Amino acid sequence: MEDKVVAIQGVTRQFGLLKALDDLTFSVEPGCVHGLVGANGAGKTTLIKHILGLLRAKTGTVRVFGLDPVKHPVEVLGRIGYLSEERDLPDWMRIHELARYTQAYHPKWDNSYSDELIQTFELDPQQKIKNLSRGQRALTGLIAAVAHRPDLLLLDEPSSGLDAIVRQDILREVVRAVADEGRTALFSSHLLDEVERMSDVVTMIHKGKVVLHGSLDDIRDGHQHLTLRFPEEQTVRPTIAGALSLEGFGNQWQAVCNGELEQAKAAIQALGAEITEVRNPSLQEIFVARVGRGVPTKTEG
Amino acid sequence: MNIQISLKDGVPIYRQIVNQVKYMVASGQLTAGMEVPPIRVLAEQLLVTPNTVVKAYRELETEGVVYKRRGAGTFISENGSPLKAAEQKRILTERADTLLTEARQMGYSLDDITTLLNERAAVLGKAKDKSAKEHG
Repeated sequence: MEDKVVAIQGVTRQFGLLKALDDLTFSVEPGCVHGLVGANGAGKTTLIKHILGLLRAKTGTVRVFGLDPVKHPVEVLGRIGYLSEERDLPDWMRIHELARYTQAYHPKWDNSYSDELIQTFELDPQQKIKNLSRGQRALTGLIAAVAHRPDLLLLDEPSSGLDAIVRQDILREVVRAVADEGRTALFSSHLLDEVERMSDVVTMIHKGKVVLHGSLDDIRDGHQHLTLRFPEEQTVRPTIAGALSLEGFGNQWQAVCNGELEQAKAAIQALGAEITEVRNPSLQEIFVARVGRGVPTKTEG
Repeated sequence: MNIQISLKDGVPIYRQIVNQVKYMVASGQLTAGMEVPPIRVLAEQLLVTPNTVVKAYRELETEGVVYKRRGAGTFISENGSPLKAAEQKRILTERADTLLTEARQMGYSLDDITTLLNERAAVLGKAKDKSAKEHG
């Protein structure tokens, strides 16, 4: 248990009639970048709130560094650097005051690191937080999250609503945390290109359940993207057993399969279609095939 | 080191790094003894997880393209290894395959392609002679 940074076992969370987390089991290994993906409302933020101990698990267990974050907030939160999507910072403080304030409850706070980042990001330490631009606000939140060199860097939709420059600044700090000291990062994002580049391990959640979990290489190797050519135009979507999704028009269709390539190939042959290309899909294609509206012919694999 | 990552063709990122470093060695852009960027530097430049660069460098080391010097960094191995010749052949084979596939789709025969290659070689040869004269 202790070797996992985060271990969540069988957690269910209901808000009214909505099951935000549905018997969810999930873990984060040390020393890697872990990407958390899912559509809006899939349960990503609820999951993160459980890791932070902001929500208490009603069923199941949550362990962070082997501890229950609700019972041991000081020990757990002291080792986490957290950047929320809302970047909720005290508006009335100035940047240097926020740095001093955050330092007070993080003994490992590194002043030279925070000064370096303030300079790199071209922030004015005398600026009041309420006067900052959206990007400056995110970067200020980032400094507060990373300058105490946390064992777990936890970012909830860090790129949301930000320009490419600020997004790069944030991702660069994730690289730095993991590359220099083998620390761990967990970030949620709906930008799948970013997740595909940045993650060692990916967890995809949908309607409160884990639909896919594993190393990015294994996930991609386990899926195939097929381009099909039918002898005639198809006016309705053909059904192919073993395919997760099928999209297309006329006589050109694209299927995404997971591992059941032989079954899909047989079904495609039976329909008289020809496979013109087989390759590994991108994370984006896998995501759409798994949780998109493309009438999946199969729900779980 | 100018490496371009593409997420469109389904090739794993570490493999793209391996292939591009090999390409740069084969084409002479990287030569023996040159240092490749440290893991963090390349990961920050490409915005990829550092473990992907670790994996790419490990594979390049296994294949003898680079070597690690303890505490100093990672360097391109001595030239003239059989790898360089093999890699040059691999790159040209790939190009040839693309040419043949496209030509076949356009209805060119192998003889047509050979004729075209000879014509182009003559044109490029002439251009080279000309520029040599101008500079000479």
